[in-house]
Amino acid sequence: MVLRMPSLSRRAFGAFGAAAGSALLLPRSLRAQEEPVRGGTLRFLVDPEPTGLVPLSDTTGANVMLSCKITEGLYGYNLDFSLRPQLALSHTLSPDGKELTFKLREGVKWHDGQPFTSADVAFSLMTLKTSHPRGRATYANLEEVQTSDAHTVVLKMKAPAPYLLNALAGQESPIVPKHIYDGSDIATNPHNHAPIGTGPFKFKEWQRGSHMIFERNEEYWDAGKPYLDRIIVRFIPDAAARSIAFETGEVDVGGDYPIPYSDLERLSQVPTLGIETRGYGYGPNISAIEFNLDNPYFAKPEVRQAVAHAVNKEILLQNVYYGFGEVATGPIHQAHTQFYTPDVHQYEFDPERANQLLDQAGLPRNGDGVRFAVSHDPLPIGNQHIQSGEYIRQALAQVGIQVTLRNQDMATYIKRVYADRDFDFVNNTMTNSPDPTLGVQRFYWSKNFKPGVPFSNGSHYSNPEVDRLLEAAQIEQDPAKRVQLFHDFQKIVAVDIPTLNTIAIQTFTIHSVNLKNHTLTADGIHANLAEAYLVS
Amino acid sequence: MSLRLLPVFVRALVRSLPTVAIIVVFNFFLLNMAPGDAADVLAAESGAATAETMAATRARLGLDLPLLDQFLNYVSGLLRLDLGFSAKFGVPVLEVILDRLPNTLLLMVTALVFALLVGILAGFLMALRAGSLLDRAISVVALFFYSIPSFWGALMLIVIFSVQLGWLPSSGYQTIGFEGSGLELALDMARYLVLPALSLSLFFIAIYARLTRASMLEVYGQDYVRTAVAKGLPPGRIALRHVLRNALVPVTTVAGIHFGILLGGAIVTETVFAWPGLGSLAFQAVFARDFAVLLGILLLSSVLVIAINIATDLLHAWLDPRVEVS
Repeated sequence: MVLRMPSLSRRAFGAFGAAAGSALLLPRSLRAQEEPVRGGTLRFLVDPEPTGLVPLSDTTGANVMLSCKITEGLYGYNLDFSLRPQLALSHTLSPDGKELTFKLREGVKWHDGQPFTSADVAFSLMTLKTSHPRGRATYANLEEVQTSDAHTVVLKMKAPAPYLLNALAGQESPIVPKHIYDGSDIATNPHNHAPIGTGPFKFKEWQRGSHMIFERNEEYWDAGKPYLDRIIVRFIPDAAARSIAFETGEVDVGGDYPIPYSDLERLSQVPTLGIETRGYGYGPNISAIEFNLDNPYFAKPEVRQAVAHAVNKEILLQNVYYGFGEVATGPIHQAHTQFYTPDVHQYEFDPERANQLLDQAGLPRNGDGVRFAVSHDPLPIGNQHIQSGEYIRQALAQVGIQVTLRNQDMATYIKRVYADRDFDFVNNTMTNSPDPTLGVQRFYWSKNFKPGVPFSNGSHYSNPEVDRLLEAAQIEQDPAKRVQLFHDFQKIVAVDIPTLNTIAIQTFTIHSVNLKNHTLTADGIHANLAEAYLVS
Repeated sequence: MSLRLLPVFVRALVRSLPTVAIIVVFNFFLLNMAPGDAADVLAAESGAATAETMAATRARLGLDLPLLDQFLNYVSGLLRLDLGFSAKFGVPVLEVILDRLPNTLLLMVTALVFALLVGILAGFLMALRAGSLLDRAISVVALFFYSIPSFWGALMLIVIFSVQLGWLPSSGYQTIGFEGSGLELALDMARYLVLPALSLSLFFIAIYARLTRASMLEVYGQDYVRTAVAKGLPPGRIALRHVLRNALVPVTTVAGIHFGILLGGAIVTETVFAWPGLGSLAFQAVFARDFAVLLGILLLSSVLVIAINIATDLLHAWLDPRVEVS
């Protein structure tokens, strides 16, 4: 058994531990079931087709989902967020928090045969700082990367960056070969589409519109792995056709809710398929109603509170998300266990109270029972936002707010909300990844009100105390104090509700029951799949 | 005969040049009226962005220039046969399109040929037995094919032949990593082609069946058919040589026009069957605001449609010697 103990959840650990213990007593044929099997082709479904395979300047969903099979990071993250050495073996932090030293793995080779060294790491981190959509924030305090020897890098920072250690997974901070990228335009380098990495699989081909093939890296640093011979990536644009591909066994695995929630019940009856909900802690999603605080109605706290009292989050959870998730209590997802606190103010479902608040706000009903009219824009990804919008319209009609739904495509939505600011309120999904400073701060920090930039502070929320807490958390080195800062932040935002967080979404992976070890880390099938194997 | 057809060809070619020019101008400005651009979509799909990365993306794609400058860049690129750079795929547009063109042509030609064969045969049978039970039965089936939405038809074919019977694959265009060549490869691809081609052709089968029937019945009323009967030709020969051949002129005209419609239908079919062609590419390009790719596809399809129209003209001249060629 070559399984790493820390990578297993407690429940899985119990099962595997028992199996390992009794292995000697079992007949050989039964024992084989628990041992990784070499060989086989994994058919991996993604949608939409990725725009590239190296998330350096382009971190679109499918790109991030696939890249780690080829391009690795310094660390992986176990399901409990503890670190798992990948290209880095260990690190030390200076007492002032401004000098972070990594010891790198030796004997690692790029897929083109060149040796992997500290120069590659230094180059990658500095490139992330300038080119990565989140890198400018993640590496804001990074001034210089020194390479004292071929396998040591020292990050020199102008201020502590405690969140940085949470952002080192390959999907967030890919380590790329300097000899391939140096001197080129990062965004248009042809190797973004034919990557050279250090990972367990080598890029072989990409037939646009159809598939990709990754082959086993025979010289992978973790000898004996990966177990799979190759991965075929399929793109199926039609949602119903994706469900059918799982049913007929044409694909083995897909993540990030690859099929509509409405098909889940049917697919859960298929005996050859399994549904996995672990492996999404690294970048959990919160569904939220975001108010435009520049709108004269939603600028009033009473109106926002009235909306919070009028919308029954439980109905959204059961009907739109089919129970996949929990009711959100504030801006941080429950899956971020180290930062989340449930101890915040809640506006319970109470339409009576909503009506009172609207009366107090000086917004009486007219002859038709309408207090005022606003437009609502659902984020055009999947159909859950449109369904949520339909429920919100009904729920708010009960308290005299007339809502007009506007549906549009992604480009129109982004321009309307973030560039033109021609909206009243929206419902969308906010990704928390992988640390609140990186994933949550951007929505609530007044200095991140940046018209034209998608998923910035779209509500135009500005609270000096929230700014102070967020900025303090950026540099707080004491983990306990940092957690306290985020707890205080959640308490204020839960009262102010510039954004009404509705559902802490539980994303899922659908997989063939023959596929084992697909979810060992906090990023699940986003990770490198070196230990995944297929049984027949 | 080729000498007789040459002027038709040259004149049609010259006439089509202004059409292509108008299409280029119209497409460019119409597409740019859509709100948002490729940088917005890339940033949205990335789930995060900074003002600096957005500006860098716009500068790289030339989206920061005034619209007129963008247009002049585009036209000067076109004159050098450079269709631009795809924002979504990060490679030249021509490469993206040429990758997919053969697949779409294969699908469209198969669907059109199949629709013509089945449609004309059905129409022929209906016309021979006009008013009979057979005529009515085929008519009902044709009406059904005509009225079902194409995405539903496609999904039903998948449910029946892939999920229930398990005979044919539900998506893709060949077994990925297939090692065989020649006949083996052709057979493998044929298995993937059956359902999308069938789904794309259903609507057109219905049209060609009705059209063949109607125009054959019309031709049966012509004097020269009476003459043929009077001089004692066998009915089968009359039906095939005298009636069907003349009845085919309207069918081929419509089929020529349909080539453009077929390309539109391919968007739905290719999306449902994950067929890597221009239709599914156009679908992706619209949502990504990847105008370079979309303009390339529109230009290419308008050129294709014009080419097919010229071919249809030539075919008419051949089918019916009376068609004016002067």
